[in-house]
Amino acid sequence: MSLMNWIDDRFPATKMWNEHLAQYYAPKNFNFWYFFGSLALMVLVIQIVSGIFLTMHYKPDGSLAFASVEYIMRDVPYGWLIRYIHSTGATAFFIVVYMHMFRGLLYGSFKQPRELIWLFGMFIYVALMAEAFMGYLLPWGQMSYWGAQVIISLFGAIPVIGDDLTLWIRGDFVIGDATLNRFFALHVIALPLVLVFLVIAHILALHEVGSNNPDGVEIKKNKDANGIPLDGIPFHPYYSVKDIVGVVVFLFFFSVILFFFPDGGGYMLEHANFVASNPLKTPEHIAPVWYFTPFYAILRAVPDKLMGVGAMGASIVVLFFLPWIDRCKVKSIRYRSVIYKLNLAVFAISFVVLGWLAMQPVTETITTLSRLFALLYFAFFVILFITSKNETTKPVPDRVTS
Amino acid sequence: MKKTLLTLCGAAFIASVSLMTPMLALANEHAHLDKAPIDISDKASLRRGAKIFAENCYSCHSAKFMRFNRIAKDLDMTESEVRDMMIFTYNKKGAPTKIGSLMNVSMTDDFAKNAFGTPVPDLSVKARARGADWIYTYLRSFYVDPNRPTGMNNTVFPDVGMPNILWHQQGLQEPVYEKVNHDGVEVEELTHLKTVVPGTLNRVEFDMFAADLTNFMVYLAEPAQLQRRALGWYVLGFLAIFFVFAYLLKKEYWKDVH
Repeated sequence: MSLMNWIDDRFPATKMWNEHLAQYYAPKNFNFWYFFGSLALMVLVIQIVSGIFLTMHYKPDGSLAFASVEYIMRDVPYGWLIRYIHSTGATAFFIVVYMHMFRGLLYGSFKQPRELIWLFGMFIYVALMAEAFMGYLLPWGQMSYWGAQVIISLFGAIPVIGDDLTLWIRGDFVIGDATLNRFFALHVIALPLVLVFLVIAHILALHEVGSNNPDGVEIKKNKDANGIPLDGIPFHPYYSVKDIVGVVVFLFFFSVILFFFPDGGGYMLEHANFVASNPLKTPEHIAPVWYFTPFYAILRAVPDKLMGVGAMGASIVVLFFLPWIDRCKVKSIRYRSVIYKLNLAVFAISFVVLGWLAMQPVTETITTLSRLFALLYFAFFVILFITSKNETTKPVPDRVTS
Repeated sequence: MKKTLLTLCGAAFIASVSLMTPMLALANEHAHLDKAPIDISDKASLRRGAKIFAENCYSCHSAKFMRFNRIAKDLDMTESEVRDMMIFTYNKKGAPTKIGSLMNVSMTDDFAKNAFGTPVPDLSVKARARGADWIYTYLRSFYVDPNRPTGMNNTVFPDVGMPNILWHQQGLQEPVYEKVNHDGVEVEELTHLKTVVPGTLNRVEFDMFAADLTNFMVYLAEPAQLQRRALGWYVLGFLAIFFVFAYLLKKEYWKDVH
């Protein structure tokens, strides 16, 4: 091990390995929900690697982009595989991240002392939405074009500066080559850098305070003579071998979609996106990709454009404040009141239903339902703020269960 | 130039307005689509479809993202078979179009606009944009309409610019209007089409003809799908076996966690 010593004298390799893996003590009672953090990290790597290979063949040019994607699909050896990995990866990323965030709501992982982990995570989520939105423009099909047109026009609702702001974002009076080029730059370098740095901050903050667990018990409160948490086990090898099982199961589902349903029934690769972008022809039905639909439904539910944009923005911003909205000291749902359980269930259902509603053509019923579920979405936070202060909770055990 | 800009701004404006307020559903009534009886793994059907495509579609319509030799490779044909079947053109120097070329056509958009009132769409990814059922139904839904410049109209694509290129095989169909009761209101509607002049193929034969062409167009839209599914089974098989080892490894390590 003289080589390792030589390195360790100059770089904290062993120290970092121990701090973050071999001697990072994680609670031994992680359940199903705890797979999604490491899966999110893996999907990020998948997206970066497949993205690098796509960049080698893709042309960010208004007159070449659409054809270059078909070139990748046909003429580049295994180009179709790389492209489908990347497009399926986008959907997988959001599924994994939504599960990961929901885990936080279940077990109170955003609460003191983990507020910063939650905030870094929320910034990751927002950066991820920007990353996905800009990436969706790149195939330069009709849905890329008109989807971007719609989303960018939202900024036009901002009073006074709105029009100049949209012009500044697009770099042209309409979505055009300038927009495509800058979105490409942001998608392949700027936002991935932001994402990677935020992920590092997220993990560093997590390893500083230690992981939460399904019981919401702080394992650092009970340590043995050597200062090792009694309910803790080293992340490596215990959770590294466990996460490999999770990875294999995840990759199985991922491959089923990738190889057998790569366009996800028109929800992942939309039919209209196989028509090259045409500024003169609006598709009859523009809907965002599925992972944005809950917020889009909230936008559509409000009759006034500015208010709609405000409501949509608020639906995301409010999540940042969750650590201060939820005033209950008990973390895990296992020991919280029925009110919280019901409230969270209604919130989760509202989120899914809103997503479905946004994909339906507008009718009176759909609009009414969108308003109802948008209200339920926001009601979660209001009810939580009011009821969490003096919530009737069950006694929390000293040590983790099972 | 000014006019184009105005149109662009207009289009953008309409799009944004229509999306902010309840979404504008353009009144393109969705005709009933027949299920396309196709099987992408049926290479004989794909080869028949390729021949139909070459003889009927591929002179106005391009498939500009596709190469001739890819068809040879995927449909188990020799390159000379594909050349005989599909390549009738020459390059600028007078040499026959190469087998590795993209499937372009010489018809320009300007010419097409004069002839049909609209540019002829490229068919490379048409089946992914429209869906197999749409194409299969569309091909069989032309009917005689003296009010149209081509003398033909289509129930799936009203006022379509394309003439019924397959009339020779299909024959001619006329629309049948019947009184239909819509919530108590009687309206006269085009309910179905009936053949008035028989073509070289009977109805069953023509349906198969249209299905073969549809099958080929579905292949054309994503040639990799032939390899994709095959590779998918290997990947799933590998993951299933790997799962056993991963699970046993986890179990072995975790037996000392209590």
